[in-house]
Amino acid sequence: MKYTLAVLVENRPGVLTHISGLISRRAFNIESITAGSTEEPDMTRITLVVDAENEDELEQVVNQLDKLVYVIKIVNLTKVDSINRDMALIKVRALPESRSDIVDIVSIFRAKIVDVHPETMVIELTGEEDKIDALSEVLKDHGIVEIVRTGKIALSRSPVAAKNN
Amino acid sequence: MLMNGAQALVKSLKSEGVDILFGYPGGAALTLYDALYDSGIRHILTRHEQGAAHAADGFARATGKVGVCISTSGPGATNLVTGIATAYMDSVPVVFITSQVATGLIGKDSFQEADITGITTPITKHNVLVKKPQDLLKCVKEAFYIARTGRPGPVLVDIPKDIFAAKMDFTYPETVKLKGYKPIFAGEKCKVSLVADALAQAKKPVFFIGGGINIAGVSEEFSRLIEKTGIPVTTSLMGMGGFPSDHRLNLGMLGMHGTYAANQAVTQCDLLIGVGVRFDDRVTGLVSRFAPNATVVHFDIDPAEINKNIKTDIRVVGDLNWSLSQLNSIITNPDISDWQCAVMKWKQERPLTFDEDTREIKPQSVIQEIDQLTDGNAIMVTDTGQHQMWTAQYYTFKKPRTLITSGGLGTMGFGLPAAIGAQLGCPDQLVWAISGDGSIMMNCQEIATAAEHNLPIKTAILNNKGLGMVRQWQRMFYQKRYSGSKHERGTDFAKLAEALGAKGITVKSAQELRPALEEAIKTPGPVFLDIWVSEDEDVLPMVPAGAALDEMIGG
Repeated sequence: MKYTLAVLVENRPGVLTHISGLISRRAFNIESITAGSTEEPDMTRITLVVDAENEDELEQVVNQLDKLVYVIKIVNLTKVDSINRDMALIKVRALPESRSDIVDIVSIFRAKIVDVHPETMVIELTGEEDKIDALSEVLKDHGIVEIVRTGKIALSRSPVAAKNN
Repeated sequence: MLMNGAQALVKSLKSEGVDILFGYPGGAALTLYDALYDSGIRHILTRHEQGAAHAADGFARATGKVGVCISTSGPGATNLVTGIATAYMDSVPVVFITSQVATGLIGKDSFQEADITGITTPITKHNVLVKKPQDLLKCVKEAFYIARTGRPGPVLVDIPKDIFAAKMDFTYPETVKLKGYKPIFAGEKCKVSLVADALAQAKKPVFFIGGGINIAGVSEEFSRLIEKTGIPVTTSLMGMGGFPSDHRLNLGMLGMHGTYAANQAVTQCDLLIGVGVRFDDRVTGLVSRFAPNATVVHFDIDPAEINKNIKTDIRVVGDLNWSLSQLNSIITNPDISDWQCAVMKWKQERPLTFDEDTREIKPQSVIQEIDQLTDGNAIMVTDTGQHQMWTAQYYTFKKPRTLITSGGLGTMGFGLPAAIGAQLGCPDQLVWAISGDGSIMMNCQEIATAAEHNLPIKTAILNNKGLGMVRQWQRMFYQKRYSGSKHERGTDFAKLAEALGAKGITVKSAQELRPALEEAIKTPGPVFLDIWVSEDEDVLPMVPAGAALDEMIGG
């Protein structure tokens, strides 16, 4: 099963090395990892999607991560009512005769066209991961040139911040 | 007062109470060495950086203080790696200070540059590259704090050459502010009550103690618990000395080369109480058949140890100083006389044995002789292999921190340099290093260090003309195909010792053994005994890898 963890860390050099080093050393399965700045200048928030057999295995991941000196706090968002988003930029082949088809698809998915080239278009879509998977699937017929995705980020709907949880 | 970074570093080491450190200089470390020159801190120059790392580790294990090891950049730093990993696996507090090329040269494949923080991330409790002069003293303060608190461990501070030279004021921080690091002391009282309840109901309880007992310094509290309850005790390799080996309730070591009584007791118990242990695979054997009928209790300071290898029913996370005294204050006397009788019967009927021989020297008898001569009061430092297991089996450990051995990583070459550190930390105690003809060669250059400081370490090399533990496995599990495990041309270790400035004695027959050991103890300064032992002796009993604890061979 996949679990989503919000990992709050001190914004110090080497912190990502420590996190990735630990994941590799303990042979944990990580589906995605994203990091970015937060409301606090000295804090970075990492969203980890962990593939674990069960809660016991997940507990190991959490406890081991928690031992890292720069890790301030870990919140398991898997069972918390939360908003989960992934963003993709998809470059698709778009010759003049197929452009209107693609525009239709983009509008059905509430995606955005952010760049147009004589032969290609770049589409931006933000949503849950399966929505992005679905769009990529549909666009395959037109020929996908390349895709980039951010990996999942997640935020609880609760009025309390993870750091104060 | 304005000073350079190196001088400020040395001053902060003094603030941390450091009066001795182990190291090896080099280009990037010259400013640091210059500051050490008239600092009053004793610097022990080993003959290899690995030796310095193990010596700092041995010092820390013997004294309980933080060990300090310094090196230059690049190869100086990478030579520490095995020593760092050894300390990490056994939770030893050592601060490693490595020099780095100047900040402007980092990342350019400069001469003697290595990314030592990257390399040591998985084998340190914490590490840091100091990037700005103003961070230096804070990083040093944090390193000592992190190394010695909570579950101890090695911390590495990598310092670029220009930061050693940077001018700064010495203002050593008084406190440490780390948002994400809060070592636990007290845990949940209700969990301790659960343990007391489980103990009151148990018919067949057994304690299993590990290195945590020695690290926390709770042997006396633990002994009171045992005197009160009469519960049998087994130990891991790292737990030896935490409870006297000659106590009637001590069943000896558990696991692969554990005693019959210990392995039976754990297999049959209904309550297993692990204290400061990590349920290593050498202890558990086949996990699914480890303590199959038992409620498992786990006392540890590190929450990540709970459920890592063995599923725990009751967890008590906290410092053992807190949890064991809590338990002692509420525990009642369980009625376990039938169980005590059964366990004592196993202990009496199936002790550790070996075939005595009058012609050849049996390696086990060497340990027994040393035990008798020292009355179990020496600090025993081992290398890794058969001799390590025989030391654990046949020496009577009476006090904490008297077995110094690489338990987790199993590092050959650990023994001699660790003995140097232990002897310097405990100058008034008798230190024995037990090694093999394989292990001793992995850091034999440190004989010169021991000789230079005239350290009275007595080293017994159990020489079986090959790699004994490898050969034992080849004999048992690889149809006696002795691949790459024989020293076809032996080394004259007595001559080697003499060449490096120590006394060497060769012991070839059983009759010579006792007098040679006595002579070694009487002789001041370092003595190396090359003891020719039976070549094909097995460490027994043995639970084959992946088998259950009650599937023992021999014994």
